[in-house]
Amino acid sequence: MSDARAEALKDQSMVIQKEMIAEHYERLARAPETGEPVVYTFVPGNLTELIRSFGCLPVLPEINALQSGMRGKSRDYITEAEKHGHSEDVCTYVKCDIGMAMAGNIGPTGTKLPKPDLLLLSYTGCYTFMKWFELLREQYDCPCVFLHVPYQGDGRIEPEHREYMVRQLREQVIPALERISGRRYDEEALRERLRLSVQAEDDLVWVLQSARNRPSPIDAYFGAVYYVGPIFSAFRGTPEGVAYYQALRREVQSRLDAGLGPVAPAGPMNEQKYRLVVEGPPNWTHFREFWQMFADEGAVVVASTYSKVGGTYDFGFRHDPDDPLGTLGDYCAGCYTNHNLPGRIDMLCQYLRDYDADGFLINSVKSCNSFSAGQLMILREVEKRTGLPGGFIESDLVDPRYFSAANIKNRLESYLQMVEARRGGGAREARAS
Amino acid sequence: MSITCFVGTDLGSTTTKSIVLDAQGDILGRGITNSRSNYDRAAQVSRSEAFINARFNLLRREVTVAAGEAVLERLLRAFRLEQTLAQLERLHELTLGAAAFDVPAPLGRAAREAIDAIIAGIRAEELARFDEADPPRRSDFFRDAAGSAWSRLATGLAEPDGVTYDMLLGLYDKCIIQVENEPLALGFGDHIGAALLRIGDPADVHTGVQHAVETELLVAGEVGTGYGRQRLPFPKEMIRSEILCHGLGASTMFPGTRTVLDIGGQDTKAIQVDADGIVTSFQMNDRCAAGCGRYLGYIADEMNLGLHELGPLAQQSTRAVKINSTCTVFAGAELRERLSLGERREDILAGLHRAIMLRAMSLLARSGGVDDEFTFTGGVANNPAAVAALRELVGENYGGRTLNISPDSIFTGALGAAIFGRRSAN
Repeated sequence: MSDARAEALKDQSMVIQKEMIAEHYERLARAPETGEPVVYTFVPGNLTELIRSFGCLPVLPEINALQSGMRGKSRDYITEAEKHGHSEDVCTYVKCDIGMAMAGNIGPTGTKLPKPDLLLLSYTGCYTFMKWFELLREQYDCPCVFLHVPYQGDGRIEPEHREYMVRQLREQVIPALERISGRRYDEEALRERLRLSVQAEDDLVWVLQSARNRPSPIDAYFGAVYYVGPIFSAFRGTPEGVAYYQALRREVQSRLDAGLGPVAPAGPMNEQKYRLVVEGPPNWTHFREFWQMFADEGAVVVASTYSKVGGTYDFGFRHDPDDPLGTLGDYCAGCYTNHNLPGRIDMLCQYLRDYDADGFLINSVKSCNSFSAGQLMILREVEKRTGLPGGFIESDLVDPRYFSAANIKNRLESYLQMVEARRGGGAREARAS
Repeated sequence: MSITCFVGTDLGSTTTKSIVLDAQGDILGRGITNSRSNYDRAAQVSRSEAFINARFNLLRREVTVAAGEAVLERLLRAFRLEQTLAQLERLHELTLGAAAFDVPAPLGRAAREAIDAIIAGIRAEELARFDEADPPRRSDFFRDAAGSAWSRLATGLAEPDGVTYDMLLGLYDKCIIQVENEPLALGFGDHIGAALLRIGDPADVHTGVQHAVETELLVAGEVGTGYGRQRLPFPKEMIRSEILCHGLGASTMFPGTRTVLDIGGQDTKAIQVDADGIVTSFQMNDRCAAGCGRYLGYIADEMNLGLHELGPLAQQSTRAVKINSTCTVFAGAELRERLSLGERREDILAGLHRAIMLRAMSLLARSGGVDDEFTFTGGVANNPAAVAALRELVGENYGGRTLNISPDSIFTGALGAAIFGRRSAN
């Protein structure tokens, strides 16, 4: 496996990103000496621009967990957490993170992670996040501030939702950041960061929408999890982030010009037999193997909902430097996990139409209730509305024990053959002849 | 003369099945063997069995007209006997060879004598069975028939201080795999001559046999499916998912089919098909094989019963025990726990069958429910208690549905594959 990983082909943008991540983890490792305050927070509804405007460094526990999963470290961490009484049914992101902390808090790149000065819990629909930070608060004995993001129960963000979030930002979040950083809230600095965010957001949306082309120059699921990495984590509103998205856009543009497909682990994917939309997070422990199963069948993903967990920019949202706190509220409430089921169904239907897809596939992960609850209903409803075939596979985020390659391959192949058969109406001929 | 045909092979986790179709799409032959963790060989054997069956079907009409049904039946049994004797001969050679290595020298002669006696015993039993008018049903696989006879005869021959039972059984275990996995000549042409002689070489069947031997079976299309399909020596485009094959196969057997439930050795599939047998939606169990055929296999082992005895015993239940777990690994534990609580075996079994079907119902619901008509396939469809539990649960949840079960349901996937083979050739 390690050999295969070493040999996996990489885009230039992936190399840049890897360096950015390594640098960020090194900076985190030095934080105890440099005195840069550290804020732990979650991807959906992250307030990166605000955090960084106070000179603080963000740590995203889910990113640590998925990085540990990709680097083959999650199994041991999960075992460690289970030894300490966390049940088999607990979200494996949580167990991976807790296990990592118990094993010395060495981050995925091998450097030590600093303790948090603040736990900033932005709640966007995942109840587990609350329990997760309760555990971390216990472990680190540090302040925890809660930003309650109202759920889009009616499918839209109401003015009072926005006011409620801005009030929490002013009364809870900003004072907490002021306390740990010793700095005053600087709205101009925040605006400047939001301006940088917009540049990166424009480029990201351009990249994601390039999948409307045939062949698609990107894989909007397996490739897109890399593309959204910087903007969903520590790099939104930073010059490095802007530079990354410019480079990425150039890279995708050059593939588009050459009529090339994305680079899958075992090589370029120029022959694209199936265009799929995918719902749900990927599996991280067998990420490349999982991706290659799609690539081997000529299946390219043209749109995915998971790449919207940290923001639904392709539906028009951009951070607004003229309304810095209001826009942060809109951003948090607009994350995919904060959408209701009808909203998720609408989004999938729109993707299937806009990206001219052959069908959609749900990867249902055992760990994640926020994602998985309602997925079968989503499947039926999207099938009904679009007439396009839906498929269902099951795995987990970072627990390798829940990845059964044979089972997943079987379902994926069956699904794609079903798409093919329905496209050709082949059996009718078989009967008639 | 020659006949154009199409082959479908379904490599299941437990058994491997093949179907041969003629140019019109009618079934010419069926073959089945155990999958024995050697998929390549299992595919060869089931395919060869299907061709033998096809040739018997070719001569069926002529022989029946010329000599009557009984003669044909007798010829078929004689052919099976010849195959068994050939395998027995090979088992004999291999066990003698193994004994030379494995048995301590002082016991060598006694071991050889015991082996000779066992083989002679089995041979005599097979010959006697052939002479019986209506011998009791038994497994079609050489391993099962030879294994039970070997074990029984070895018990009588073993001596505490000499050649022990374990020693003899060890030799059998070591060699049977090789017998199964060697490409023995077991085809139609290899044994039909001897089979004819064994039934007295009746002149009135000669023409029919001659035709069957001389007819060339030209394979114009072939598709493989099933759990082990990646192991088939076929190009990728000749391999189909068993979900598609089951859908098409079930819909060919029962054209009104809209929902298919297949419970195989290690997976359960709920499939929805359209009027053309094309799959529109499906769900299958995740990597956990709870409630699949293998689960019943473990239960049967645990109760020291044959798989086919479970259903009838469960049907004697008067009060089914409520069972929640269908975990295959813990099947034995669940069973022993219930027994220790004083529950009756038939009531526990009835509960187990219902539990399996509750799990299947959940998959069916996930796939889109149970539409009319509903076709149940796979090995578990042969179990009357499983069928009764399914019928009851479907009635409770979906109302009246036509439930189709074919006596050949085990061949559903292979049939679908053969049809796909025929389609790709056309």
